[in-house]
Amino acid sequence: MYPRPFEYQRAGSVQEAVALLQANPDAKIIAGGHSLLPAMKLRLASPGALVDIFGIEELKSVSFDNGATIGAGVTWANLLANENLTQYGALQEAVARVGDVQVRNRGTIGGAAAHADPAADVPAALLVLNAEFVAQGPNGERTISAADFFVDILTTALEPEEVLTAIKLPAPDGTSAYEKFAHPASGYAVCGVAAAVATGGGVRLAVTGATYTVTRLSSVEAALSGELTAESIAAACANAGEGLDLAGDHFASTEYRAHLVGVMAKRALMRAAGLS
Amino acid sequence: MVATAPRPTYIGQAMKRKEDPRFITGTGRYVEDIQLPGMLHAVILRSPHAHAKLVNIDTAAAKAAPGVVAVYVGTDIDLPPLPYAWQAAGVQNNINSPRVLARDEVHWTGDSIAVVVAESVQQARDGADLIDVTYEVLPAVTDAERAAGDAAPQLHENAPGNLAFRWECGNREGTDAALAGAEIVVRQRLRNQRVIPTPMEMRGAIAQYNVGTEEFTFWLNAQAPHVHRLLLAAFILGVPEQNIRVIAPDIGGGFGAKIFMYTEQVLVGWLARELKQPVRWIETRSESHTATAHGRDHITDIEVATTSTGVITGLKVKTWANLGAYLSTVAGGVPTTLYARMVAGVYAIPNIHVEVDGMYTNTTMVDAYRGAGRPEATYVVERAVDLVAAELGMDPTDVRRANFIPSDAFPYDTGIGMLPYDSGDYPKALDKALEMLGYADLRSEQEQRRASGSDTLLGIGFSTYVETCGLAPSKWMGGEGWGAALFESANVKVHLTGKVVVTTGSMPHGQGHETSFAQVVADRLGVNIDDIQVKFGDTLGTPMGYGTYGSRSLSVGGEAIVRCTNKIVEKAKRLAAFQLEVAESDIQFENGRFSPTGAPDTGMTMADVALQAAVAYNLPPGMEPFLDETTYFDPPNATFPFGTHIAVVEIERATGTVRLVRYVAVDDVGNLVNPLIVAGQFQGGIVQGIGQALCEGAAYDENGQLLTGTLMEYAIPHADSFPMFELGHTVTPSPINELGVKGAGEAGTIASTPAFVNAVVDALAPLGIRHLDMPLTAPRVWAAMQTADADNAKG
Repeated sequence: MYPRPFEYQRAGSVQEAVALLQANPDAKIIAGGHSLLPAMKLRLASPGALVDIFGIEELKSVSFDNGATIGAGVTWANLLANENLTQYGALQEAVARVGDVQVRNRGTIGGAAAHADPAADVPAALLVLNAEFVAQGPNGERTISAADFFVDILTTALEPEEVLTAIKLPAPDGTSAYEKFAHPASGYAVCGVAAAVATGGGVRLAVTGATYTVTRLSSVEAALSGELTAESIAAACANAGEGLDLAGDHFASTEYRAHLVGVMAKRALMRAAGLS
Repeated sequence: MVATAPRPTYIGQAMKRKEDPRFITGTGRYVEDIQLPGMLHAVILRSPHAHAKLVNIDTAAAKAAPGVVAVYVGTDIDLPPLPYAWQAAGVQNNINSPRVLARDEVHWTGDSIAVVVAESVQQARDGADLIDVTYEVLPAVTDAERAAGDAAPQLHENAPGNLAFRWECGNREGTDAALAGAEIVVRQRLRNQRVIPTPMEMRGAIAQYNVGTEEFTFWLNAQAPHVHRLLLAAFILGVPEQNIRVIAPDIGGGFGAKIFMYTEQVLVGWLARELKQPVRWIETRSESHTATAHGRDHITDIEVATTSTGVITGLKVKTWANLGAYLSTVAGGVPTTLYARMVAGVYAIPNIHVEVDGMYTNTTMVDAYRGAGRPEATYVVERAVDLVAAELGMDPTDVRRANFIPSDAFPYDTGIGMLPYDSGDYPKALDKALEMLGYADLRSEQEQRRASGSDTLLGIGFSTYVETCGLAPSKWMGGEGWGAALFESANVKVHLTGKVVVTTGSMPHGQGHETSFAQVVADRLGVNIDDIQVKFGDTLGTPMGYGTYGSRSLSVGGEAIVRCTNKIVEKAKRLAAFQLEVAESDIQFENGRFSPTGAPDTGMTMADVALQAAVAYNLPPGMEPFLDETTYFDPPNATFPFGTHIAVVEIERATGTVRLVRYVAVDDVGNLVNPLIVAGQFQGGIVQGIGQALCEGAAYDENGQLLTGTLMEYAIPHADSFPMFELGHTVTPSPINELGVKGAGEAGTIASTPAFVNAVVDALAPLGIRHLDMPLTAPRVWAAMQTADADNAKG
């Protein structure tokens, strides 16, 4: 459990972090370190340098004002402590089920988003809530939609020299919920589904864990353009796992994950729609 | 004279553990806490392949790396293979035990190839990365049954077909005849999967060599430090025992995995002598998964002959026991003496035959793990009676009652070579457990749920178990292939201040000996428990003992202490009589006071006598000074704890998730010295057994890669998965020791695994499911329900 040698630099500002990344192409950003450090200890990742952004104050602000702006350096624990988060049910529920108390005290929402673990909880919520990701790089700031942000396993649209600075959510529209089947060892999502029901009708769903990257459940969404009832939800979710690029491993087969997508989608939708 | 206040009786009190404050406040002292001047750090390069020839090992870059002091490979080290101390008895054992570092060929993923010694552990780890090994990868086999025969990849030249031994017990002809003549025969294959022990503290070893005196000191987290000294001296290092001191400091759990002699422990000793500096090796959690001995891993076919009323007339068992790539220290005894000889369970089965093939595979070695053989045996027989019940449509408790060994039949010989069961009353424990459960009500709730098509299935599962603790006598164990004795030692000294020091050959690693042993001594010597200190874990200051495993500490080690106290009381009585000038027969020892008959408030306390014995001014003629007695206790028999465990589970139809909703356990471990410690042992033991049933399981891919190599993949049970357990006892004292105790360390684990599986299968019974192999994870249960639903739909 000893990583290979690496340089360590603590950035005082986002600008400084970007400069440090520019100066060292072998550098990785570290925030809470709860994904990166274990990988380094197992020598699965061996960055030549770490740029620590955990202490950057400008990344730690949270504001809820006709939408939300959540600094990338906000810890899960600090986010959960904010009562306004309940406006975004799926996000609140997903955050509450990340790791354990120790992980939530150190882990950050930006770190998890940028790491893009295929079994992470929060990406599914961010996707259905239409989150936008603000990144700062050598050429200034840009905003990336959630749909474009999560690209593949452990891969996002961020450039190597960019720092994710904030996650923005539009004003809440309707209600949302997150349901998860956790792996008995890791606690990560074997299948997690976030569902949002808009005030004016229409649903959005995204699955994490069961697929290689967070994915919208467009067939379920299309089937539920009309009135939401227990029956219509059950029917729409019955085959929710079909057509997805599903993961399978020695714990859970693709078949089981496909089944779970339907079960978790139904449960999330029923709660988001206020039917259970 | 001041009247003596009634002294509390400690035995039977649920006292909090004396050792806990230091464990809870982080002031315990474990191997990893020990720092020695000039200490070097060893890191082992392990094989990434399950089976490969070592074509070339280039250590030049590693030797040149910063901080690296030395690098060694297998051919550099002239030590014999590790001792294999418990053979399968009476048959040929094709022995291949591990070398300190592999030579020529590696046989499992994690096999040791080279060691890097450096000034820091980081430097040693970095150095290990620089070793360049050329492998010729060979085909691997990880499944014990598939390893059989010439067609499978072969591990060792002296073990054709990968057979380490074939061993049998019982009556083959009688059992075959019972099966042939049976009204009904039930057959089933059972897989008792491999588990990874996962103690909270990983293994570690430090060795120091004194060049001047040629003495070794080892710090090992070892459950039996004297056995380590014995094996190191007699079989490995070739130095006299007195030149080896083994110290076992505080230990953070072992579950059997810290019994064995491991290559790393030997290696640090060799390195310390070679380099003339102390050397430390501390296991990583990943190494704990690959390099610490695993448990269980049986494939078993059973055939049960029964009458139509559920009277079992024969049980035939064939087991392939996966032993891993080499034979670990007691690997031969676990699937033979400890498993096969216990498959009768609590039942009077007239014909039993068990055949066990001990198999080599390209996997981590398998050895004793909490329960060691008895859990596998209990799983076999408790699944067998449930399979009979299902076949006959009988209540599983009725099948059990139809076959119980009668309560008046003890001592009872099961006829398969086990020692006679010492005492038992199996219906009593079952009756009490059923009453605690409210069995009839629960069965009607189950019927209602089934009738209403509930989306959660309710299941009730039983395990009416017996196990064996405190294996002995040594003479019998010798006949069972164990290469040493199994007595236990103790020494009790009463110092001149009246303070008592107890030294024991037992070796606590979480069991609470410091408390329960002190309770025994406090009562026996009539002193305050706070005046007693229990010492252990240092071969220098402790008489030769055999350590802690097999739930033997109280029934063997505790009895050795009792015998010391008996000797002390006898001597003290003589001294008191002499000084009080009364006949010895007129001295009573009550409430900690030696007094003349009829004057209980006069006389001398134990402390008074100890002072007189220590100053030795006025001793009876011929009496030696000091109250200091040693005992080596070799029990006349083992003990046989028993009980009934009942698991109640719910299965969510939508996902297959199994949830334990109630757990009732009635255990008979004889007399209870400390009910709180016993409850703790059962709480932890039950959780550990259900861990195997519910979620644990080591898995290898077809190349022999461990798929569950970290705690991110290997699921251990968590506290939040369990309800509060409902624990009860019956008390049938063991007749073979004065305390009347049987042992409580493993029964929870032994009993709970089949109770849980039986409950899940009971829940699934309406779907036509008769058996499911562990672990009963949600995906596995869901898949079984899918298959059953599809079959039922087809009709």
